[in-house]
Amino acid sequence: MNHTHDHEHDHKHAHEHAHEHGRNDLAVFQHGRPPVDRSAIQGWGADLDRKNRPAYPMERMPQRLDAPLTQPDPQAQHVEVLVSPERPHMTPLFGSPQPPSGLSGVLRRAAFKTTENDIRHWLLLLLADRVNVVEGLAEDLARGHVPNIFAEMGIKAEWEHNRMGLVKKAAVVAAVAGVGYYLLKRRNDH
Amino acid sequence: MLAMNYRGPYRVRADHKPDPVIEHPGDAIVRVTRACICGSDLHLYHGLVPDTRVGTTFGHEFVGIVEEVGSAVTKLKVGDHVLVPFNVFCGSCFFCQRELYGNCHNTNPQASAVGGIYGYSHTAGGYDGGQAEFVRVPMADVGPTVIPPDLHEDDAVLLTDALPTGYQAAEMGDIAEGDTVVVFGAGPVGIFAAKSAWLMGAGRVIVVDHVEYRLDFVRRYAQCEVINFREVDDMALHIKKMTDWLGADVCIDAVGCEAAGNAMQTITGPYTLMQAGSATVLHWCINSVRKGGNVSIVGVYGPTFNAVPIGNALNKGLTLRMNQASVKRHLPRLIEHIQAGRIDPKQIITHRVPLEEVADAYHIFSSKLDNCIKTVLIPPSARQTRAVAATALN
Ligand SMILES: [Zn+2]
Ligand SMILES: [Zn+2]
Repeated sequence: MNHTHDHEHDHKHAHEHAHEHGRNDLAVFQHGRPPVDRSAIQGWGADLDRKNRPAYPMERMPQRLDAPLTQPDPQAQHVEVLVSPERPHMTPLFGSPQPPSGLSGVLRRAAFKTTENDIRHWLLLLLADRVNVVEGLAEDLARGHVPNIFAEMGIKAEWEHNRMGLVKKAAVVAAVAGVGYYLLKRRNDH
Repeated sequence: MLAMNYRGPYRVRADHKPDPVIEHPGDAIVRVTRACICGSDLHLYHGLVPDTRVGTTFGHEFVGIVEEVGSAVTKLKVGDHVLVPFNVFCGSCFFCQRELYGNCHNTNPQASAVGGIYGYSHTAGGYDGGQAEFVRVPMADVGPTVIPPDLHEDDAVLLTDALPTGYQAAEMGDIAEGDTVVVFGAGPVGIFAAKSAWLMGAGRVIVVDHVEYRLDFVRRYAQCEVINFREVDDMALHIKKMTDWLGADVCIDAVGCEAAGNAMQTITGPYTLMQAGSATVLHWCINSVRKGGNVSIVGVYGPTFNAVPIGNALNKGLTLRMNQASVKRHLPRLIEHIQAGRIDPKQIITHRVPLEEVADAYHIFSSKLDNCIKTVLIPPSARQTRAVAATALN
């Protein structure tokens, strides 16, 4: 699209013009663009000039940030950190919580034998995440903590803000359980 | 310390965890005073992002007070009040030198496609996040920005992700004067993308969502037109009708991998994980934009593949741009916009919740209850400090 007008005034004028003269006009070429009262929009056009847009151009060198252009010193490694085969060096910085452990850890280590380009990498990690949930429950119980799963799912908020929905869900669960019980009982009776 | 603790899909709680420690001479420990829950946290909360380990603390949007600094930190001081961009980045690698801070190559050993992000799974570096009383902040001289005294803390916390991401979404759309911009998603990022589209000179801004209260909010806040896609048969056709059969100049995907609106996409995406989330909004963007138009993607997708109509994108000659926001690039200009009154980010905060109630806060946001737009979590230590300060004043 070409913008031939420099001033807001000209734009307003162009739109008025369009209304007066109908179809053979600039407005026709601005398909489907109804006039907007720009003065009513706080800050309209403040960054119309691309020079005002901080990420223009996309890659900007040199950067404006005052940062040392030397590789950071490596962080001391005390726990197992898995490394993608697509960037086979340990990065100088990394997160250290929740190192791989247990069966989920075995799956995660296996996942990191494949690249990020390999769908098995991601599927194994998702599987490991599910196994990890069971491990989390076992861990809670092992230290004598029975997790309040309803509270963890925010049942208090559900009760406060979606009581009808909660009642319906409970009714559906109760009905399914009831039917199941009835069917089982009937089968056992025969 | 008290911290949010992920236990599995749809299950989180506030738990006591060990305080974070300095692990690298460039680190700082920040005492969190506010942390947001982000729409993209929901993808973790729903178990859709690979390598989200049980016990992780989420939270990539936080502000706080510097509590401790490592031996190599020279610029940041204990007591500084800082906002911390969601990217963990070094400032010195190949990508940081090009101001692509969202793509830092030095902070995430576990994946090459994504840089480090606080509290965003081990795929994003395995860092614990800021929905806690304390958080480890690597490269403390590079990442954190000291909050100017006249900037409200609630505005500051929205500068860590939501506002810069919305702004960058508009910027990647390369909006020219008078352009028609369609933003998909009326969450915080979509709201700020719509607002930013006006700053860049849009002639028309249309926001699409299916939650009525969110549409009401964005219509008022960003003075835009809105479409509830539940009331529309075919999104691309609808946009074309609205634009004299040309299509929009710019389409922005501010939704990502859990888009509603197409059963097939939902089943193959979030339900069965056969693709990295439902690509519904990508389809709508590519098919609703005009030929030669721009599609900008900031909605989060998983790392696996997606069914995307790339043939249409080719035939229409589209420009597709996408990235995690390089927050630090945008801060000076966005702070100017806030100070000049062009944008008032804190208005989108609807909920302020004690960190102890994190499970309810996630549920409210995830289920879109109580007209929730944006939730801020406040840790107990932050509340105590404020109580002490208030007592001192009396
Ligand atoms: Zn976020
Ligand atoms: Zn870097």
